[in-house]
Amino acid sequence: MTSRRNQIATQAARDVTLAQLDGSNRGGQWKGAVFKAVLVLCITVAIVTLVAVVLQAFFTGLPRLDMNLIRNMPSSIDRSTSGMQSAIWGTVRLMVGVAVTVVPLGVSAAIYLEEFADRTKWYVRLIELNIQNLAAVPSIVFGILGLAFIVRGPLDLGFVVYAGSLTLSLLVLPTIILTTREAIRSVPGSIREASMALGATKWKTIWKQVLPSSVPGIMTGTILALSRAIGETAPLLLVGATVFVTYNPDGFFEGAFTSLPTQIFAWATRPQEEFRILAAAGIIVLMGVLIVMNSLAIWIRNKFTRTW
Amino acid sequence: MSAVTTPDPQGDIVSTPSTTHADPRSGLPDAPSGVMETVGLNVYYGGFHAVHDVDLAFGRNEITALIGPSGCGKSTVLRCLNRMNDLIPAARVEGSVNYHGIDIYGPKVDPIEVRRRIGMVFQKPNPFPKSIYDNIAYGPRVIGMQVDNMDDHVERCLRQAALWDEVKDKLKESGYSLSGGQQQRLCIARTIATAPDVILMDEPCSALDPIATSAIEDLMTDLREDYTIIIVTHNMQQAARVSDRTAFFTARPDETTGNRTGLLVEYDKTSQIFENPRDQRTEDYISGRFG
Repeated sequence: MTSRRNQIATQAARDVTLAQLDGSNRGGQWKGAVFKAVLVLCITVAIVTLVAVVLQAFFTGLPRLDMNLIRNMPSSIDRSTSGMQSAIWGTVRLMVGVAVTVVPLGVSAAIYLEEFADRTKWYVRLIELNIQNLAAVPSIVFGILGLAFIVRGPLDLGFVVYAGSLTLSLLVLPTIILTTREAIRSVPGSIREASMALGATKWKTIWKQVLPSSVPGIMTGTILALSRAIGETAPLLLVGATVFVTYNPDGFFEGAFTSLPTQIFAWATRPQEEFRILAAAGIIVLMGVLIVMNSLAIWIRNKFTRTW
Repeated sequence: MSAVTTPDPQGDIVSTPSTTHADPRSGLPDAPSGVMETVGLNVYYGGFHAVHDVDLAFGRNEITALIGPSGCGKSTVLRCLNRMNDLIPAARVEGSVNYHGIDIYGPKVDPIEVRRRIGMVFQKPNPFPKSIYDNIAYGPRVIGMQVDNMDDHVERCLRQAALWDEVKDKLKESGYSLSGGQQQRLCIARTIATAPDVILMDEPCSALDPIATSAIEDLMTDLREDYTIIIVTHNMQQAARVSDRTAFFTARPDETTGNRTGLLVEYDKTSQIFENPRDQRTEDYISGRFG
């Protein structure tokens, strides 16, 4: 008798549970489906655009993706064998200049802000706010600044490679500062405490513990910053990257120079078919460099990521 | 708080009855010799009065335990002893902490020098992200200590911390490759590498399992021969097992703000505190009626 009653009770409980868990009659399930479809559509638009641009450039530029492109100087007479050696060397020099300028500057600024600055002071907060704003300033503004202060004005460097490097450095400085601060902040306080408790000075603690632990983050930030700098055209046009240079830059502080994006810009504005093809080939080279740099950044980040 | 009220897991491992001193030292003087002492120590964090009027003397080659419920300021007091509280911007210390009769908060005292003589081991093992060898060598190197042979020095420190046999074949491996208990012994070895006079330990076993805890406790007893040790612990059995003297702190809520200010209730030989406490609050805490 009791067992029969138990069976009925169990069955009833199971039925109730089943009814409660059943989701088939819930209203508005289509909303979820629509939402998902919209999201998929968005990502599709983004990817298709990117792939279309890349493929278009690739197939247009393929015929001129040869050794002449690297070996020869730009020429408007021998269009079929014209190269962009001066632009490649210009970009290499520009990037070296940016790296040696912006890394010490940005890392030092980040150390100051993260380790020494008193965040209760109004001017520190003002600086922090402005660094974030600077990251969003259009690059042409930096170009005008570079023209007024670096090429002419106080520094008076003239239209040389390092003027371009300095201008691009200003442009990517916020990126370096922000990523370095992030890296420094992720070093746990217990490591600093341990070092201080041994009698290390604050300076030694930063130099021997905090900075070495932040190197992966700093390097990732540096490569991302350089990737941004390498593609910039507008500020370079203002500070002297000439659109037509048939010789490699003489040095950091003399002679006219050009760069990959400026050269691409110059070719793309020409009406002849050969120059359009050349521009596309240049884009492929530039994108190849960018992909390599970004992959390097991701690789470094993954290889050195530490879990504390 | 829970570490105090719940039965302690170590009770199962260590057979010593929890409320008696495992190794009562016969020669323990009635008053501590006073290698360090605090006089009228008050600590504030901003407007918050964290510790009220603590007078304590720590004896040479003794282990002094600071016990009490959470928030009673025992860790704060410990961190005052080597000026680690300086690293907290809002912290303010009043009164004096004398080390060999010199106030370490005096105007001419360099906190860096203080920390060279008074080392510290933290709650959570915090080895540097370097090799085991470099973890030990770091301290002597950064303070410019004269070491005849760094290899020997590293070995000596690891031996003193009872870690040498376990790591002698992998000195180049990262400190993080060790287990938690080994990491904590590495941190102790790192602390003694700079030849301090006093070692402060802030709940050094709270992140460790009972076996690792027992290894650290044995180590503390060995280290007592050469160093003065001051330990904060949540674990009353631990205080009873290893310490020579015990200071009991409690927290008193402020009548107006409700903020809890820590104060010293009773300080005596460990055997006295655990067997015959004079203060009712100590007895309540020891016997588990309050925590």
